[in-house]
Amino acid sequence: MSAVTERLGVAAASDATAARAVAAAPHGPSRRRRSRIAAAISLALLVATGIVFVYPFVWLVSASFKPRGEVFDNRLIPETFTLDNYVAVWQEAPLALWLLNTVIVTVLAATSVTLTSAMVAWGFAHFRFRGRGPLFALVLGSMMLPGAVTMIPTFLIWNALGQVGTLTPMWAHNLFGSAFYIFLMRQFMLSLPRELFDAARVDGAGHWQVFWRIVLPLSRPIIAVTLVFEVQAVWTDLMRGLIYLRDSATFTVPRGLKSLVDAFGFGGEWHWEILVTASVVTTLPMIVLFFVAQRHIIQGVATTGLKG
Amino acid sequence: MKRREWIAALGFLSPWLIGFAVFTAWPIVYSAYLSLTDYDVINDATFVGWSNYQELFADPKVSLALANTLFFTVVQVPLYVIVSLALALLLNRAGRASGFFRTVFFLPKMTPPVAVGFLFLLLFNGQNGLINGGLAAVGIDGPSWTTDPAWVKPGLVIMSLWTVGSSVLILLAALRGVPEELYESATLDGAGAWRRFASVTLPMISPAVFFIVVVNTIAGLQTFDEAYTAFFGAGNSTYSNDAALFYVIYLFQQAFEFLHMGYASAMAWVLFIVIMAITAVQMILSKRLVHYEGAAS
Repeated sequence: MSAVTERLGVAAASDATAARAVAAAPHGPSRRRRSRIAAAISLALLVATGIVFVYPFVWLVSASFKPRGEVFDNRLIPETFTLDNYVAVWQEAPLALWLLNTVIVTVLAATSVTLTSAMVAWGFAHFRFRGRGPLFALVLGSMMLPGAVTMIPTFLIWNALGQVGTLTPMWAHNLFGSAFYIFLMRQFMLSLPRELFDAARVDGAGHWQVFWRIVLPLSRPIIAVTLVFEVQAVWTDLMRGLIYLRDSATFTVPRGLKSLVDAFGFGGEWHWEILVTASVVTTLPMIVLFFVAQRHIIQGVATTGLKG
Repeated sequence: MKRREWIAALGFLSPWLIGFAVFTAWPIVYSAYLSLTDYDVINDATFVGWSNYQELFADPKVSLALANTLFFTVVQVPLYVIVSLALALLLNRAGRASGFFRTVFFLPKMTPPVAVGFLFLLLFNGQNGLINGGLAAVGIDGPSWTTDPAWVKPGLVIMSLWTVGSSVLILLAALRGVPEELYESATLDGAGAWRRFASVTLPMISPAVFFIVVVNTIAGLQTFDEAYTAFFGAGNSTYSNDAALFYVIYLFQQAFEFLHMGYASAMAWVLFIVIMAITAVQMILSKRLVHYEGAAS
């Protein structure tokens, strides 16, 4: 686990022993010294790749404080520091409205998918009924279906209901649970002690009470993972916005940012400073989300191994 | 009692049962039907038999989109696995620093794909982008990543490596699950570092690697957001680049820009079959290459 710290820790003490070891084995460096070199190299590699991974963020934030003509100068510290872009971006685009729309959609989508997926997961985890196995296999199988197959009929459903152009198709499918979260939550709920629920039942609690008062509170860790995953998925969802949102006033931020790229990018007016700033504003909430929910995200990704 | 249990279960399952019927089962059936029709949403669908499929196989843009997509996936998936494995191995021996660098590697994954697509245009810009600036510093004359058809896809692949974060986390978890005794006994048997990696580490983490390969292949075959942002859409008519015309992008254009719903549905079914076939091949190969604990290898 802590290869580097261990090595650093023993480094001082081992200097003397290393000297002895070298003296004893004059042919080539000792094992310990070689592993210290290896640790130093891997730390250097980590720092180098770390810089590569962070640099685009730094570049983006830095560019957002530069005037139009200097966006591309690739300086880390802006030559002319300006806050104008952060004023202009709200005037050039209804960014505040887009953020509001996205918050609405995200809250509705995340809460509804979490609650309904938990219900379904509990149905699969707790009850023993005929056909449970095949039905759950169907849940898993539906995850394999490419979105492209259901995309068009789903559009036609919302079109028939007169909902195209509104925010409803952006989240309402989440009222019916989602296979991935059902799978995740079922796994978690299977690990809860069954006696607890049977005891509550004997005490006269109904199935819904057991679910609402005992299962949900106990499932808080996995609920947190689900909420965070879904918030991220909805906040960054471009495709649905392209399909369902027509009027700029209804855009979510990814859809809005795309319209800005169209208007101000290569095909448009080349106002890169506006785009850069809008990108920062769009991305920042996700970075904040990460730092607020880091534990859940890292645990969630590592243990479930999904969200590719 | 039994019966009441069943009714209770049905109550809990009902959201998914309804959702599955409305948003999965019916769309599958209806999409199959639509693929045999001409339908533009405004007028009634007319049945045309297999002609959408015949047209599709003769459409040079479909072949181009399919070729672009396969190229992207075949190049991207192995690089994705190698880079995420390399980073996970580095993290695994980084000790206390690993928490910090884990965050660093994961953060790009939080960036909305639209912003990634836009960043691609800026960072990979041929004249004054950061990438070519860096290449120039070491004396390399970088290509026009965002305009030269030969370099658009490689550029998009490189950009996609920025978001390897979740794969790194998965592989790191797998690496930490390898029992220390295995390394100790391998060392006692005189295995060197490379040997230990090849005959202990790789087999032990092969289920996680396989998982990443399958998931990323499926995702790669449906790649859309970044390339669409950078090269297609309302304002980009003068700038669109056919080298970035991926399959789902063309499908999306057919469906929602040209309102060829029948044709796009046929395209969706072809994609579905391609994905199923490739996944099936991977599953078969995995029987030979993936080591599952407890199973005979």
